[in-house]
Amino acid sequence: MTDTVTQGVAQRRELIAFRIGDQEFCVDIMSVREIRGWAPATPLPRTPSFVKGVINLRGAVLPIIDLGARLGLSTSEPTARHVIMVVHIGERTIGLLVDAVSDIINMSDDLVQPTPDVASDQVKTFVKGLFALDGRMVSLIALDRVLPETEAEAA
Amino acid sequence: MDPFESIKATFFQECEELLTDMESGLLAMEQGDDDSETINAVFRAVHSVKGGAGAFGLEELIRFAHVFETVLDEMRSGKLHLTDEVAKVLLRASDVLADHVAAARSGGSVDEGRTVGMIADLQALIDQDRAAELGLNDDGDPNAGEEDFGFVPVVLSLDEPTADAPEVDVAALMAAAAAEPAEAANPVAAPGWRITFRPKAEMYAKANEAALVLRELARLGEVEVALDADAVPPLDQLSAEQAYLTWTIRLSGDKSEAEVREVFEFVEDDCELEVTREGETAAADVATPADDDASASAVEAAAAAPLDLDALLARVAGSAEEPAPPAAPEPVAAAPAAPPAPPAQAPANLDVVGLIALAEKASQDHAQTQAVAPKVEQKAEPKAEARASAGAPTAATPTIRVDLDRVDRLINAVGELVIQQAMLSQRVFESGLARSSDVALGLEDLELLTREIQDSVMAIRAQPVKSVFQRMPRLVREVADMVGKKVRLVMDGENTEVDKTVIERLSDPITHMLRNAIDHGLETPEEREAGGKAAEGTVRLAALHRGGRIVIEVQDDGRGINRPRVRGIAVSKGLIAEDAVLSDDEIDNLIFLPGFSTADVVSDISGRGVGMDVVKRSIQALGGRISITSEPGKGSKFSMSLPLTLAVLDGMVVSAADQTLVAPLSNIVESLTPRAEDVHLIGGRDAVICIRDTFVPLIDVGVALGFRDTPLPPASGVAVLVESEGGGKAALLVEAIQGQRQVVIKSLEANYQHIHGVAAATILGDGRVALILDVDALVTTSRRKAPRIEKRMAV
Repeated sequence: MTDTVTQGVAQRRELIAFRIGDQEFCVDIMSVREIRGWAPATPLPRTPSFVKGVINLRGAVLPIIDLGARLGLSTSEPTARHVIMVVHIGERTIGLLVDAVSDIINMSDDLVQPTPDVASDQVKTFVKGLFALDGRMVSLIALDRVLPETEAEAA
Repeated sequence: MDPFESIKATFFQECEELLTDMESGLLAMEQGDDDSETINAVFRAVHSVKGGAGAFGLEELIRFAHVFETVLDEMRSGKLHLTDEVAKVLLRASDVLADHVAAARSGGSVDEGRTVGMIADLQALIDQDRAAELGLNDDGDPNAGEEDFGFVPVVLSLDEPTADAPEVDVAALMAAAAAEPAEAANPVAAPGWRITFRPKAEMYAKANEAALVLRELARLGEVEVALDADAVPPLDQLSAEQAYLTWTIRLSGDKSEAEVREVFEFVEDDCELEVTREGETAAADVATPADDDASASAVEAAAAAPLDLDALLARVAGSAEEPAPPAAPEPVAAAPAAPPAPPAQAPANLDVVGLIALAEKASQDHAQTQAVAPKVEQKAEPKAEARASAGAPTAATPTIRVDLDRVDRLINAVGELVIQQAMLSQRVFESGLARSSDVALGLEDLELLTREIQDSVMAIRAQPVKSVFQRMPRLVREVADMVGKKVRLVMDGENTEVDKTVIERLSDPITHMLRNAIDHGLETPEEREAGGKAAEGTVRLAALHRGGRIVIEVQDDGRGINRPRVRGIAVSKGLIAEDAVLSDDEIDNLIFLPGFSTADVVSDISGRGVGMDVVKRSIQALGGRISITSEPGKGSKFSMSLPLTLAVLDGMVVSAADQTLVAPLSNIVESLTPRAEDVHLIGGRDAVICIRDTFVPLIDVGVALGFRDTPLPPASGVAVLVESEGGGKAALLVEAIQGQRQVVIKSLEANYQHIHGVAAATILGDGRVALILDVDALVTTSRRKAPRIEKRMAV
């Protein structure tokens, strides 16, 4: 009994849920540094279309990834209502452009189900797993795959 | 970090500084500087390394440092004389010591053979000097002045002649004033020592115990210890952390001064120590009948330093014809000549003056002593000057050691401040406030202040290139040994300051250029002599500021570039056409081409074909340039010029395809409005522009960066003529030039990745990110007509 409890506690974590279009996703709250409103970004040349450009985050140059475009969802031009989630990925800090932040979820790992095979390759790359929350489906994003591969990594 | 580890890390940091001090001292000695301060400084450095190593049980290091230290101590005590040969051995020993420190730091091991060889060499020096010592050492080497000599505060109670101490102190003062070491003047070993040992509070603070030192001393021979507790204040004024006691020890036995001093090895920096040889052969004949107690003790003092007198009298005798200078006014003059002394020293100075005056008074009826007094004074003055001048550099402003990360954070924050301030100004201006309003005026002041802060902060990171230069003498020695050439390295402008980020990257190019100069530039000693040059080649390494950049020059007096041969190699390697017409300069610069190497033998040092082109590329990566000038038979000179900092850049702000971009000013030659008739198309898309009868490629920046597909009509934009580091020229077509500005360089790679054509990013006054163009990449891309870079899509 005690074991189970300990195990349960160890695996619990907090997630931040957000919306892109009508779908819901989440990332570990520990990797999110801040959430801010959309500000026009400076486009970067020769970058994939999901890289919206860079913004100034208190002196750091922060690349903005349109997560919807990255996941292959249809996206529209960002407006002031869109938000940027500033997240740490390894040594890097990037901004993820999403529609809105919806919730903070407290859940345990054992509720996460593997991504079913029906999903397209693109989704499978970025989605670590799924879980159900009050009848909604929330996808857990694999942050480390969001950035475009660098030449070094590709090599 | 483990506290022990962190202490150890501090020790190694200190070691670096100590080794640097040591090497610069040794280099000065190599140039013939045998000043006792210099030798002492080197000794202290080695000694401190050894001391620290002891605390960490670094046996190998201690063993070597000890031998090294012994040799230095012999020099310090004037037994071993500085010769060229000695200096060379010491320099090599310093290299080995540095190796030991490095090995101890990394936990690696040192080449045992080299260590043993070095120890043998050092030992040879000691033996040689011991042998010399047995012979007659009669030239009175004045180098043995101990660092603690000079005007040391001693209690001089002339009206209390009961204690032994005053006599000893006076003797010490005399000796100090005369800077004439007893033993140098007196080759006959005296049978005892008088030691005045006055611990400072620091000694106790470091948990040293005077009693242990005394006990250690007692092992050397029979001791008589007298405690002088006069300085102990009444109990209510006594501070537990102060030091009040002075011991006077009389040590019998024929130990050497070095042996006596060794006892005080670990405390000598934290105490006042005087070791005076006690003469049994007191020169009683010098003593004169005295009128009163005071003069008696003064004369007694003179008698207690008979060795000095002997030497002095001998000297004075040499100039006996000259009338003795009036002694009375000059001793007074000597006191002001003394350096501004810390309060504690002041009484000692006064005592010297008083003493000399007394000696003068007493000697009125004794010609010999009269001769002594002016001599003492004369010697005192240069000593005082020497101390004053030596004091100047050591009185350098105190420094603190700060983690580089913290400095970088500060620099970033200040960069932000500058940007924020600019944004604020812009907003205020946009809001329609008059320029003369209080707010606007206040903002102007704020701007000045922020600029000042920015300059000061950048100055924190500015460091003298010394830290790189100081590694070079060793490199030169090693390379010279390896190729069997004699080389003298001359360094200039070591204190030239440049940003830390630049300094770190200077080392490799300089190393390479020096190796190249020695290996390729200089001839062998035989060749040099045959050519009528000194066998020893000279390589000059200099740093200077020029036009907001730092210039590093490496110059040799070797054979210069063999142009026909360079040309031949370039042709044979297919680097140039056989019939190419090249100027001398152009031929010289062929050596920067990739894959060019002229060495007949591919050596360990250079000539692997990764030579100068690598140097050139690494310098270009720093935004620098390199050039060579050469004169056959006379030598070559490489100059590289680098920006002073990699953190800011002077840029021209331009707009292209609705984007604001920054072009580095260092690349820009001129800007002009192109006329439609000057622009010609080559093929379908590629345009060239004719500027003063020269065709250069016209690059539409918006298209080159992929911001738009259709080129701008040339006549509606501005062409900026740029020159890449490779020397290629091109005209960049942009829509407008907004102005010139200093921008703070922000890395794109930190959070994203490198983008071709973009060097970095910066943040402009409106808070937006602007990209800094990589002019070289743009120009070379246009020249090579690289295939369009595919958009990389992951997955």
